[in-house]
Amino acid sequence: MNQPKKEHFKENLKKRHSSAKVFYFLLLICLLVGFFTLSVLIIDLAVEGGPWIRSQLFTNYHSRKPEEAGMKSAIVGSLINLGLTGLFSFPLGVGAAIYLEEYAPKNKLTSFINININNLAGVPSIVYGMLGLVVFGRMFGLFAPDSWLVQFFNLPVGKGALGGLQFNLLGIPWLEIRLPFGRTILAGGLTMTMLILPVVIIASREAIRTVPNSIRDAAYALGATKWQMISTQVLPIAFPGILTGIILSLSRAIGETAPLIIMGAFTYVPFLPKSLWDQFTVMPIQIYNWITLPQSEYRIHLAAAGIIVLLAILLSLNAVAVFLRKKFEIHWS
Amino acid sequence: MLQENNLENIITTKDLSVFYGSTQAISKINLNIPRNRITAIIGPSGCGKSTLIRCFNRMNDLVPSARVEGEVIYSKQNIYSPNVDPVHIRRQIGMVFQKPNPFPKSVYENIAFGAKINNYQGNMDELVEKSLRQAALWDEVKDELDKSGLALSGGQQQRLCIARALATEPDVILMDEPASALDPIATLKIEELMQDLKEQYTIIIVTHNMQQASRASDYTAFISIDRTRVDDRVGVLVEYDQTSKIFVNPSEKETEDYISGRFG
Repeated sequence: MNQPKKEHFKENLKKRHSSAKVFYFLLLICLLVGFFTLSVLIIDLAVEGGPWIRSQLFTNYHSRKPEEAGMKSAIVGSLINLGLTGLFSFPLGVGAAIYLEEYAPKNKLTSFINININNLAGVPSIVYGMLGLVVFGRMFGLFAPDSWLVQFFNLPVGKGALGGLQFNLLGIPWLEIRLPFGRTILAGGLTMTMLILPVVIIASREAIRTVPNSIRDAAYALGATKWQMISTQVLPIAFPGILTGIILSLSRAIGETAPLIIMGAFTYVPFLPKSLWDQFTVMPIQIYNWITLPQSEYRIHLAAAGIIVLLAILLSLNAVAVFLRKKFEIHWS
Repeated sequence: MLQENNLENIITTKDLSVFYGSTQAISKINLNIPRNRITAIIGPSGCGKSTLIRCFNRMNDLVPSARVEGEVIYSKQNIYSPNVDPVHIRRQIGMVFQKPNPFPKSVYENIAFGAKINNYQGNMDELVEKSLRQAALWDEVKDELDKSGLALSGGQQQRLCIARALATEPDVILMDEPASALDPIATLKIEELMQDLKEQYTIIIVTHNMQQASRASDYTAFISIDRTRVDDRVGVLVEYDQTSKIFVNPSEKETEDYISGRFG
């Protein structure tokens, strides 16, 4: 066998240094392409839409006159939708994450569920729109006049082809329940919840996993029950991470159009929702609607102004997430 | 074997064996831990010292694959019998871990935690002060009780963990290599503290620092790998006696080899 010798090393420094330089510039260009595109987009939006961000945009509904048109119902619709989505996805997502991280036994069923949560996070959003339509919007047609459920129990459903059951829960006037949920803001919120739930679960699990086991041991060793350990140590420590995950998921949800169109959100809503059972629209749908109109005021200027508002809300949500993460970060030494 | 008179045993193990899945970690260990004494458990790495000490407060229950055979008698009861609640045992038998693990909360909250979860009805400020004084930490932190426990030095963090364990008013304190992550001065402080604490508490300490065992403990149990079993590493009790006897005049050849540094 040949022994390694000094002469066997051909350092070739010049070539190595020049390829280092080439790759440095290639990588920089990759970054600049993204940065440049984004800048062009934002500058274009600001030029086209900037002057159209006026009070009418926030106080008026869509109008046949572009100079009077606004997106009030869309902004309110988006915010309510976002609120409902947050309200539903927080307990469901965190609960599922706690179960999977702290309680679930390590067996085939658990790993099957794990794989599927990851798969669900990658399912196209339009599929969730169909799910929302069938499950929440129509409830499988269970409350249509010709369904077996209605006929078997002789339920007093509505006369139309869709039927529908309407009653007040426990007889309380404001606890109105409608089955199926129909094309309402409640169904929209639930559809969005389904959409972001996998991501919320994954983010919450990550956050729970960052809590060191030594903290769990310490709590147990002091005589804590499992739930005391989780509620007093794990959750408070994981909370900033969980919140960050939820906020980032919500900022994805606020930009979603397809699932809500499928689910049955409306394009023209000249009123604000007064209850969960009202029709609604959201900003991306309003923007899409404007883009399809022939007049350039809608197509270019109002749409751009709408996008600026949407981006502003989205970026402030992300800023809140970054702020929370920084503020509550724990430096384990 | 135990030569002191009037010595009461607080914990007794009977044929204690632990398995992780199908692997046995320790086999048939019989020990009498005397009250108000410091008992050291020494032995080479991987012989099951930590496994043994984690049997005394049922921390092994938290490892899903762990299975315990035999008995651990504490206050006349086998703590592994089905009617014993491990949560109750863990309040009475506190534990200090290898790496200081304060909660990422204030010094005050760290101490108060154990009391709160155990529904302590007394004066919390007094309890916090008493526990910190017992752990010789009060003078260093009394002006910054709302400071994060993580902001303390390593040695202070470990004494905070001791104070935290004391705050639930335990009988026994288990220490699993409490000084292995600390510098010599911080280590000395912990050892001095142990001498003060044994007036009121029983201390069981796992260490692989033999100087520490010989300096700080009254009794020493030497655990080692069972040489008769070729295929697996199972910890067995080789010798258990007063520390002075173990380190000066051990009865077993293996003990002598270990403490004189010939293996381990």
